[in-house]
Amino acid sequence: MSTPTLTKPDGAERTYPAYSRNPLARALLTREAAVILALVVVFIYSMGNIPFFDGPLTIFNLSKEYAPILLMALPMTLIIITGEIDLSVASTLGASAAVTGVLVVEHDVSVPVAAIIAIVVGSLLGALNGFFIAYVGLPSLAVTIGSLALYRGLAEGLIQAKRISGFPEGWQDWPTERIGDTQYPNILIPTAVLIVAFGVLLHFTRFGRGIFEIGLSDESAHFSGVNVARTKMILFVLSGAVAAFAGVYVALKANSVATDTGTGFELKVIAGVLLGGVSIFGGRGALHGVVAGVLLIAVLNSALQLDGQGSEVIQIIIGLLLVGSVIASNFLPRVRALLPRRKVIDAPPSVTPQTPGAGESSER
Amino acid sequence: MSTAAHQAAAQPLTLALRGVAKSFGAVQALKSGTLEVAPGSIHALVGENGAGKSTLVKIVAGVHRRDTGYFELAGEPVDFGSTAESKAAGVAVIYQEPTLFPDLSVAENIFMGRHPLGAGRRIDRTRMFAESEALFARLGVDIDPRRTANGLSIADQQLIEIAKAISLEAKLLVMDEPTAALSGNEVARLFAVARSLRDEGRALVFISHRFDEVFDLCDVVTVMRDGAYVSTHLIAETSESEIVSKMVGREVAELFPKTVAPIGDVVLDVQGLNSTGEFHDISFQVRAGEIVGLAGLVGAGRSEIARAVFGVDKYDAGSVTLGGVPVRQGKPSRAIRAGMAFVPEDRRQQGLVIEGSVAKNVASVIRGRLSRLGLLTAGAENKAAGPWAAKLQVKTSALDMRAATMSGGNQQKVVIAKWLATNPSLLIIDEPTRGIDVGTKAEVHRLLSDLAGQGLAILMISSELPEVLGMADRVLVVCEGRLTAELSRAEATPENVMAAATRSAQRDSEKEPVR
Repeated sequence: MSTPTLTKPDGAERTYPAYSRNPLARALLTREAAVILALVVVFIYSMGNIPFFDGPLTIFNLSKEYAPILLMALPMTLIIITGEIDLSVASTLGASAAVTGVLVVEHDVSVPVAAIIAIVVGSLLGALNGFFIAYVGLPSLAVTIGSLALYRGLAEGLIQAKRISGFPEGWQDWPTERIGDTQYPNILIPTAVLIVAFGVLLHFTRFGRGIFEIGLSDESAHFSGVNVARTKMILFVLSGAVAAFAGVYVALKANSVATDTGTGFELKVIAGVLLGGVSIFGGRGALHGVVAGVLLIAVLNSALQLDGQGSEVIQIIIGLLLVGSVIASNFLPRVRALLPRRKVIDAPPSVTPQTPGAGESSER
Repeated sequence: MSTAAHQAAAQPLTLALRGVAKSFGAVQALKSGTLEVAPGSIHALVGENGAGKSTLVKIVAGVHRRDTGYFELAGEPVDFGSTAESKAAGVAVIYQEPTLFPDLSVAENIFMGRHPLGAGRRIDRTRMFAESEALFARLGVDIDPRRTANGLSIADQQLIEIAKAISLEAKLLVMDEPTAALSGNEVARLFAVARSLRDEGRALVFISHRFDEVFDLCDVVTVMRDGAYVSTHLIAETSESEIVSKMVGREVAELFPKTVAPIGDVVLDVQGLNSTGEFHDISFQVRAGEIVGLAGLVGAGRSEIARAVFGVDKYDAGSVTLGGVPVRQGKPSRAIRAGMAFVPEDRRQQGLVIEGSVAKNVASVIRGRLSRLGLLTAGAENKAAGPWAAKLQVKTSALDMRAATMSGGNQQKVVIAKWLATNPSLLIIDEPTRGIDVGTKAEVHRLLSDLAGQGLAILMISSELPEVLGMADRVLVVCEGRLTAELSRAEATPENVMAAATRSAQRDSEKEPVR
């Protein structure tokens, strides 16, 4: 069907520029750019000034330690952009590590099979969260505070307050072996794959656009045909699955599983996501910012440790950084508002009521 | 103004507004409001939805500050910057649904913020209860001042608001559709109280859509239309039909150019739609090339019907068929796939992602079509959105501007563009021109007319009677959740539609329906 148009009197069709700023300004005036810049500055400074930071072990250790945080931050980014939150990720990680440990060490299940079972379990735990949040309509903060305790309890029940250790040789070492001669451990391969996958999902699919819409206004998203409940359900299942994958990794890396495996990781994950420029109110954020945010925390942590700072100093500095980033993000829009934009081009007034059928509608 | 209504000519008018105007951004809600209320009278303020009554009342109440015009209270020029100022000056406004503190006692609600104090600034409860009882005795109603407000009927809550107004020595009481939620007995009791207040010399303004009540209670009536004063009449010297013609009297045909289009096959077929508490047994059809108007008062259930048809809300019984294919309920995505488009009532909450860009909003329903191998780029969205924004003459500097920065008319164009991009066979449009300027209004009307000419089926909900009458080939009238009339274009006169829209509003406990 051709559609009637409201044409200008001269019959010419209007065109619009896609963006109101030039590409450089669009790229630089974002929180993501600020975080990436901070990461680069801190990294370069540390390479030059912190003893041993440029040594062969720094990047390797840092990657090993922060890979699970980075992994869990990926689905967490999507969840926070919808305006929800998942506080149960670290407990899901603990539960899946426990499942892996029990299956592999006590029942001689092979590591790949145990890992798949653990990821299925993690997905189910995520689905349970998702069911209450998406279909029952409970607030995610309350639901996942509950499941944070519940899933940790499951882990404790599984391992019965003992430490499970003694994973089979070979598998135990794979995640932490170096990729060739590089400084990077193997775990970064699946991590990189997942970063790309989540980045595409969030920024280059219909599903991802729905995530942003839900965060900005779930009512209009619903009115536009976005399946709000299903979207949230999928995200919580993904969160559970990724946390479980991280749990398998953590178990293998430590060669042991205890009841407190991963405790407190959820706050590190959320800190990284927020530092990376995602709005806690939903609707705003980008995955590359989150990756930079997690890495910034990791690099700072490592640099301060090598500099001989105590953990209290590190905590204070990272805490100040987070608070500072929240304050800065409130100023960024004002700075942006001061910079020039394209002017509104007035359409010619076309307000006079027309007589019916006077050839006003033109075919495209 | 010929107001022979001033029985007490010696006394100044309790309220005088002359030529008062108020704009919200680009929208002029009130162009020229005039209302003169004499002490000791009950003055009805009538007009269609959007005539400017609420804005006028809010200026009197101090919620809004007028842009221009003359505003006087009891002979003194006033300019209220807040509701506290208007209360102090003796204005009390009683809304349809009062907002009491549910967990506090009735007496505490009456004396909130000015409790009678005893020794040592202790709240003197005994005096508070005694004074409350005295107030209720004066009003002739029986409410226990010690009970909590929680669980009181709306009628009782209104009486508490009135008691509060009297205790504040209010000279002017404004009641905004107070009877909408009341039963027959409660209305009678409210009217008795209103008359006794009038006889004490207070002035009352009564806003209502129910003409039987206006004629029963009031002394004078002022009619508003399109944000402007129309006329004032003594109730004794006018008739219901005169008031209706004043309310709607406008050159309908000029503003709303519906071209004659060939009517095609049935596109939408709704059968026996039922949703408890919302609407009952709704059956109708919309054909290709036809504009069907859904008329009725605000709250009659029109939007609820539209939402159920589109699948935003669920319903208890009935069926919706589009182009011969049944549409499953509760899933807007199904309705969209079947060819339905829905421009909802609330543009900012439902129609748009208001913080989203023009491009993202316009492309939001066609993202599936824009995806290549499951991948969607901003470039594809911009490419698709640009021509649609151009077709609707959206005024914006670039496609990445947020919808929130645009005027209401431009926002509405974005919503319409978003739905036309889906190439629908049925367009449901709820309040197509609410809150948008006259120029854009005419553009939207012309567009709807042209779309119908191209064979689109359109279901249009509007609270503006002239819009419905000017645009619709057929008018369905909803009253209190039921279809009360189906009128052809020729039959659809303002009087017929109004009569059907207020038909069951006449109460059985009251006298016979006026018409």
